[in-house]
Amino acid sequence: MHVEAQVRAKLLTNTEQYSQITDDIARPIEAAPNKEWLFWTTISAIVMTVCCFGLIGYLLWEGIGVWGLNTEVGWGFDITNFVFWVGIGHAGTLISAVLLLFRQTWRNSINRSAEAMTIFAVLCAAIFPGIHAGRTWDLIWFAPIPNTRGTLWANFNSPLLWDVFAITTYLTVSLVFWYLGMIPDFATLRDRFTRKGKDVAAGIYGALSFGWEGSARNWSRYEIISLILAGLCTPLVLSVHSIVSMDFATSVVPGWHTTIFPPYFVAGAIFSGFGMVQTLLIVMRRIYKLENYITMEHMENMAKVVIATGTTVGLAYMTEFFVAWYSGSFFERYVFINRAFGDYAWAYWIMFSCNVLSPQLFWSKKIRTSMTATFILSIFVNIGMWFERFVIIVTSLHHDYVPARWANYTPTWVEFGIFLGTFGLFFTCFFLFSKFLPVINMFEVKTLLHRPKKPSGIPEGKKDEAVHAH
Amino acid sequence: MITLWDSHYKEENANRLIRWVMAIDLNKCTGCGACVVACNAENNVPVVGKKEIMTHRDMHWMRIDRYYSGDLDNAENVSVVFQPMMCQHCANAPCETVCPVLATVHTSDGLNSMSYNRCVGTRYCANNCPYKVRRFNWFKYHNNENFDFHQNNPLGKLVLNPDVTVRFRGVMEKCSFCVQRLQDGKLRAKVNAKQTDAGAFAKPKDGAIKTACQQTCPTGAIVFGDLNDPESEVSKLFRDERAFTALEEVKTLPSVSYLTRIRNQKADEVKVNHAEHGHKEEEHTEKHPS
Repeated sequence: MHVEAQVRAKLLTNTEQYSQITDDIARPIEAAPNKEWLFWTTISAIVMTVCCFGLIGYLLWEGIGVWGLNTEVGWGFDITNFVFWVGIGHAGTLISAVLLLFRQTWRNSINRSAEAMTIFAVLCAAIFPGIHAGRTWDLIWFAPIPNTRGTLWANFNSPLLWDVFAITTYLTVSLVFWYLGMIPDFATLRDRFTRKGKDVAAGIYGALSFGWEGSARNWSRYEIISLILAGLCTPLVLSVHSIVSMDFATSVVPGWHTTIFPPYFVAGAIFSGFGMVQTLLIVMRRIYKLENYITMEHMENMAKVVIATGTTVGLAYMTEFFVAWYSGSFFERYVFINRAFGDYAWAYWIMFSCNVLSPQLFWSKKIRTSMTATFILSIFVNIGMWFERFVIIVTSLHHDYVPARWANYTPTWVEFGIFLGTFGLFFTCFFLFSKFLPVINMFEVKTLLHRPKKPSGIPEGKKDEAVHAH
Repeated sequence: MITLWDSHYKEENANRLIRWVMAIDLNKCTGCGACVVACNAENNVPVVGKKEIMTHRDMHWMRIDRYYSGDLDNAENVSVVFQPMMCQHCANAPCETVCPVLATVHTSDGLNSMSYNRCVGTRYCANNCPYKVRRFNWFKYHNNENFDFHQNNPLGKLVLNPDVTVRFRGVMEKCSFCVQRLQDGKLRAKVNAKQTDAGAFAKPKDGAIKTACQQTCPTGAIVFGDLNDPESEVSKLFRDERAFTALEEVKTLPSVSYLTRIRNQKADEVKVNHAEHGHKEEEHTEKHPS
């Protein structure tokens, strides 16, 4: 007897022609910018300029004192935002690299925007280690470059220095991977603009495409290099946030000094990253009418990743509490009791309910397939993960070893402003990307057109029958 | 004692070097705070005003920590203990390993030194300090109308100690064990010694150098000196059975030893309860000294 496994639903819906894919994806680039796009891009650019750049200028002029930090709580919004943005980047790398290696072809329609998100998120993140330092202008001393200062070099024992290497490596590799993936698509756009006689646009995309010809040799090299880069990116998914977590784990501060941090941070990063991908894609697929490429199956798959990682994070929260009790460490116990019931208990319970409880709703297929519900839950995930970092950083510092030096931290408007400003920066970049670059990887999506080869058992009308015939 | 800097101490002539340490006798200390004032004057510690103090941005290098125990609702039963606290110059200093630019490093004479010029102000060191003794320059405190204290007027600036840097905003600072006095004393000893090999290791006489807090302490509770000299007064105090270091369990190996306070109390009067220790900020109980 011949038994066949249940056939998966098609990855692209209502799509028959290769040209249709090109047309759909090139449409926003070729069309004149619509008013909605202009409006939101302008708003984001204003927020970016005023809140991010303007307030950073004010900060550099006046000093770190314009923030609400104090002797006890030396890091607050600055490092919270840093870890938050770095974490968001992780989903992009996971989708583009890890899923490529695991041959999860469904990733093909979301990897481009997820990678873009990674890069813009890492850009936002990179601002904070820069501006949180009292003397930003001297940060060049982090660089282990030959200099005239004698034997004085960077301190390789310091996790902050590891951060610098981790983040710059991550940004570089992600940027190269992202750009490389766009080269064939740039060539497509170049050819389309050439046909339409738009020489300037054709010239720009032509330069960006590095003279891509679409020859067999081009493709062969392309596939090899993207596999190599995927291989390089994969350890970065684990290493970057592990190293970020070591900023805390290698310290002696109770609540920071925990060996669980690297895996816990990586799970959290992927969790928050997928939350952000959901938020962005729900908006993007709707505005640019990409529902046929970013299908319900994509949204469901991502919701499943969110359940898995959210639950992992929840397990980590509980493990921390168990170990705090089991270790018998007096300070550790106090910090965790203080976290859940102390001055910042509200932040802890926001974190816990957003990160552990709200993703559980995704077990219901109804909620997974409702874009409104998914959008709201994805925002909760983002909020929860921001609070996770806030809770870890602030509650551990504000009551540590010496009770005589316990203090609370209240952020100022400058901190809120700069945080808002990074959203301006992020969305400005993302809107520009969605207008001027192909938001979906055209040539990779085309490989999915006839895949899986057999249609699913669920009849979807005549269009599927056409594929049958194929 | 195992430290991160064992190689320093294993070097030839290591025991001929100085190892600066301090002992504070809590029996003698009255908590008057004269040491705090002396330190401010000696080390050009900026005055920052009420608003900054309220937000826990005091710049004092030295402070008197207070802890209350007993029945807090009944003022008669409350007992207060206090402990002068400043940089402990740990041999395993948590601040040193985390500084990305090596702005805070260990010296061969056992100091945890701070190079203001090198500091970029990440505040990682302050976060990682269990004693919370590091102070960050949140603003420029000198020549600044917003901090209209002695460092903002020509007459007030005459108070400044010319041997000590006035720190710029954005850098970390902390107790230096009055390093300007230590260097001065060491150099004087070397200059006065004969130009021999032994002269190169000439040490100031025990007690010849006094830190500002020690000099000012009316009860002589603070003793400073060289731990490598077994006959120095501070070495003897370090060997005293009352000696303990703060937060020993963190294994920072401080260079400051406290001599525990002996109180003549009945057992039921002493309420040292670690479990209660700090559930509310008002409920600080005594830090158990040993």
